Amino acid sequence: MTAKPVDQMTFEEAIKELETVVGQLERGDVALDDSISLYERGAALKARCEQKLKEAEEKVARITLGADGQPTGTAPLDA
Amino acid sequence: MDLFEEPQPDSNSPEFSVSEISGAIKRAIEGEFGHVRVRGEVGRVVLSRLGHLYFDLKDDRNVLASVSWKGQVDRLTHRPEEGMEVVATGRLTTFGPQSKYQLNVEDVVPAGAGALMAMLEKRKAALAAEGLFDPARKRPLPYLPEVIGVITSPTGAVIRDILHRLRDRFPRKVLVWPVAVQGAACAADVVRAIEGFNALRPGGALPRPDLLIVARGGGSIEDLWGFNEEAVVRAAAASQIPLISAVGHETDTTLIDHAADMRAPTPTAAAELAVPVRADLVAHVDKLQARLSRSVALALGTRDQRLRDVSRAMPRRDALLETPRQRLDNWAERLPSALRAATGQKRLRLLEAAGSLRPGLLRRMTRTDLDRVAALAGRMDLGLKRVLRDRQQELGAAARLLRPARLADAIGRGAERQANLLRRLSERARRQQAERADRLAALDRMRLSLGYMATLERGYAVVRGDGAVVTTTAGARGATEIEIQFADGRLTLGGKPARKSKDAPDQGSLF
Repeated sequence: MTAKPVDQMTFEEAIKELETVVGQLERGDVALDDSISLYERGAALKARCEQKLKEAEEKVARITLGADGQPTGTAPLDA
Repeated sequence: MDLFEEPQPDSNSPEFSVSEISGAIKRAIEGEFGHVRVRGEVGRVVLSRLGHLYFDLKDDRNVLASVSWKGQVDRLTHRPEEGMEVVATGRLTTFGPQSKYQLNVEDVVPAGAGALMAMLEKRKAALAAEGLFDPARKRPLPYLPEVIGVITSPTGAVIRDILHRLRDRFPRKVLVWPVAVQGAACAADVVRAIEGFNALRPGGALPRPDLLIVARGGGSIEDLWGFNEEAVVRAAAASQIPLISAVGHETDTTLIDHAADMRAPTPTAAAELAVPVRADLVAHVDKLQARLSRSVALALGTRDQRLRDVSRAMPRRDALLETPRQRLDNWAERLPSALRAATGQKRLRLLEAAGSLRPGLLRRMTRTDLDRVAALAGRMDLGLKRVLRDRQQELGAAARLLRPARLADAIGRGAERQANLLRRLSERARRQQAERADRLAALDRMRLSLGYMATLERGYAVVRGDGAVVTTTAGARGATEIEIQFADGRLTLGGKPARKSKDAPDQGSLF
């Protein structure tokens, strides 16, 4: 399958492959043994997707600028 | 100043020093024209080394010297360019040392929207010709960015709208780079922010965003002008990080929109382009999970069902044996009675047959046969005689057809032909013999005329030494016996006494 390990995939890569895996399984033309390993792959991909979705964290910071206009750090933003 | 303190005797007119009159003029002018808007075409523009901007405003008859001091230049809405029709705002002042009056310009705006738009179109065409707006340059936005860099004012509705919509859809890490979104500082700020975000390295103190949003709320074309500046357009086009522009309202288009990878009509829309809706994705992943499980369960179920179907279709062992077993039982049941019935039938037939077997019948049968034999014997005798008579008649008929005279004729004809052929053969043989004898005589005559014997007739002789022909005197001296052949015979000298040759001419005629 894909050379890239599941735990290094972006959300988009993981969900694209998950869709492919589901599609393959739903067509029903996979051998039984393959369908088991496909299912396991699918489960791993799904876990990766969920992990990326859980990372939905809001963190807003405002960049502070020095006198020369270059960033010096961050500060909370009071929007 | 007391103008009337010292009246001159020769005139009622007051007397001014140069500075006095300069000051008076300055006061008059500045008082009268403390705030004016002057429309005109920009003439020569000079930026001094100290950062002050000198330029002329002119119309078809007059020229007005204008100046913006260093601090004012940065706040100008537009940097005056030669040939531009502008409205300059400021106050009139004088410059006493040169007896000049001039307009101190606080702001310059193009004269009317038409002029501004014309300039914008010109700039847009130039940048497009460079390929900065080429669709092929545009990078795809990341599907789900981890860090979003927002370049906008840190206060106000725009950043709130963006953060709010991001929170609704998919909360992300957001870095806000504060910039002035209008005024003279705007363009430089935005350029610095785009370049600054791009300069961040992954893993640095500040996370490098994988998506940039340049945002500003709606405003007049002058308010938005900073986003039309060439430097801003170039920075947006050069950004390695995909960039969404969201400047003004839907109907406002600035040049940065053309250079951006994606244009959002509003800041809120930019947030929607930036991230997908998390809840949708969760639902989608859940649905995929369900389909995954269902399809595997279905695959197993289908195979299970097939196995059961096939198993059901396979007959039971008992069922396989049932019929043969019943047949066996059936036939086994019938076997003894069949045997009894068969025996009975045979016995009955035996009794029937035995009943008809009587000596009288046999005798009667024998007598009949004997009678038939006698009758046949009588007929056989008659038949034989008839056959014999028939054959004799056939022989007689054949013999009558045989006639000896015809045979004798045939023999006579044959003998005659034979004699005739024999005669022709002998005649032919005799003739051939004579022809051959003639040819032989002729050939021999030729032989004799060509042979050495004929030469001997003409006086030559053949010398032989010890039996071999000698052709030299040396050969003759070495020989013990010399024989000389003449035409009529041979003479031997030395050695043994000469022997009288009895040789006749070699051969005579055959005839």
